Amino acid sequence: MARAVTTRHKTIASTAAWIVALLIFFPILYTIITSFKSEQEAIQGFSLLPSGTIESYTEVEAQRGYFKFFLNSVVLSVGSTIVALIIAIPAAWSMAFSPTKRTKDILMWMLSTKMMPAVAVLFPIYLIFRDTGLLDSRIGLTVMLMLINLPIVIWMLYTYFREIPGEILEAARMDGASLWNEIIYVLTPMAVPGIASTMLLNIILAWNEAFWTIRLTTTDAAPLTAFISSFSSPQGLFWAKLSAASTLAIAPILIMGWFSQKQLVRGLTFGAVK
Amino acid sequence: MATQQTRSIARFMMAPSVILLFVWMIVPLVFTLWFSFLQYNPLNPIRDGFVWFANYKLFYSNPAFLQSILNTLAIVVSVLIITVIGGILLALLLDQPIWGQGVVRILVISPFFVMPPVAALVWKNMIMHPQYGVFADIARFFGADPIDWFGQHPLTAVILIVAWQWLPFATLILLTSLQSLDTEQKEAAEMDGAGFLSRFWYLTLPHMSRAITVVILIQTIFLLSVYAEILVTTNGGPGYASTNLPFLVYQKALLEFKIGQASAGGIIAVILANIVAFFVMRAVGKNLDK
Repeated sequence: MARAVTTRHKTIASTAAWIVALLIFFPILYTIITSFKSEQEAIQGFSLLPSGTIESYTEVEAQRGYFKFFLNSVVLSVGSTIVALIIAIPAAWSMAFSPTKRTKDILMWMLSTKMMPAVAVLFPIYLIFRDTGLLDSRIGLTVMLMLINLPIVIWMLYTYFREIPGEILEAARMDGASLWNEIIYVLTPMAVPGIASTMLLNIILAWNEAFWTIRLTTTDAAPLTAFISSFSSPQGLFWAKLSAASTLAIAPILIMGWFSQKQLVRGLTFGAVK
Repeated sequence: MATQQTRSIARFMMAPSVILLFVWMIVPLVFTLWFSFLQYNPLNPIRDGFVWFANYKLFYSNPAFLQSILNTLAIVVSVLIITVIGGILLALLLDQPIWGQGVVRILVISPFFVMPPVAALVWKNMIMHPQYGVFADIARFFGADPIDWFGQHPLTAVILIVAWQWLPFATLILLTSLQSLDTEQKEAAEMDGAGFLSRFWYLTLPHMSRAITVVILIQTIFLLSVYAEILVTTNGGPGYASTNLPFLVYQKALLEFKIGQASAGGIIAVILANIVAFFVMRAVGKNLDK
């Protein structure tokens, strides 16, 4: 009896959950479907069955040079993440393992820089970039994305490092390990999972950043966010091409995102929810 | 415990982060604060000069400024209501035993990973377009007239798009919190004959309260600076109907080159963000002490 009730309960819950999930996912699904339609098909009313043509994909590359923007997105998101890690790892390490009275204040202050709205500094940054020739350069944008995400990177690393038991470090020190050996042989192997998670989440955040990447680029350094925004001006019928470009822009990060659900919660709540 | 030597090494290791973030926070902000007291227009430099608070006065004399603040608040509050209530309901649903839970979870959180310009363009053209959108198809199916979302209800359209992007975030955080609820407590409440509603009200909701606070605070920070969604859908219009504060600042600074006004807008945005930040810091800080 109890078992029958459970099965019924599960059926109802499953049906409801699947309907809601498919509704939420629908805009993405429909974009993927439309990307395999021809432009004529795309505007002929609702249909979930595309003809399966890939002409939109080839045209997005041929007419708009998709690959260049994709490459910029990869360079900017991975580059800014690596630079941020290089700067953040020592800071997070020292705060996690030799905390002082001021450590908490410094962490809170770092977090507060993340709360500054980008528009507040739009024009000064624009001026600085223009006068130093950094506008539309990959270097400028890499620095920008690195600075934006640095507080999150430090925070995430800090929460991971803090879980590494300090006794292990003390044992290593007792055995006469130097600071350098301590870092290389003891700390690094234990810290790698945390660093990898931080890296993954930060690449996602940098990939999707859509204020500075649009405003500080024109052509040379423009990543996919700027590329997609250029589709907003109407130029005839472009539904299928827009869908193809969108699918290409979100696919890699969507897949990365699926693997980083847990880290996402931790990273974006600054360790407040685990 | 730490020796003098390790302490100075620690300081040395933190220096790059601290210096970079300090410069990044202070230098541009000082510029903006200075500009906000100037009449400064690179296209018309003759009238440039120091004007004290004239730029700030525009915020209650110029309807565009007032409307942009009201729109900003409307976006923040509406999206918060939709995502928090929707997120709680969804989290409760996904916490049930269901078939294919992993796949359902992936489907639900996916919108969060869609970059804002893609999300906005997909909704604008594929879903809400008055002729070719899915909503129009549905309306025609029922014999109704399709709604011109971006012409008639631009702010509502923007809110729907942003809510779609953030609902997964709220759901994921609240679900994580829900799953950390002690099952023994739940079972004990069930044994005592507590119904679903009273269990939710007296046990589940208090347990989730911390996660709900975190969701509200963090989303508010991001929602205060919605930008790309407006840029690619309504471009702030019609008129100023869907212009929020960040978008107005962008227009003033990079389209009209009224740097003084834009900077004053930027400072107002900082003040708004700081009010929220104050509460975020308290919530996160409490956690650090544990």
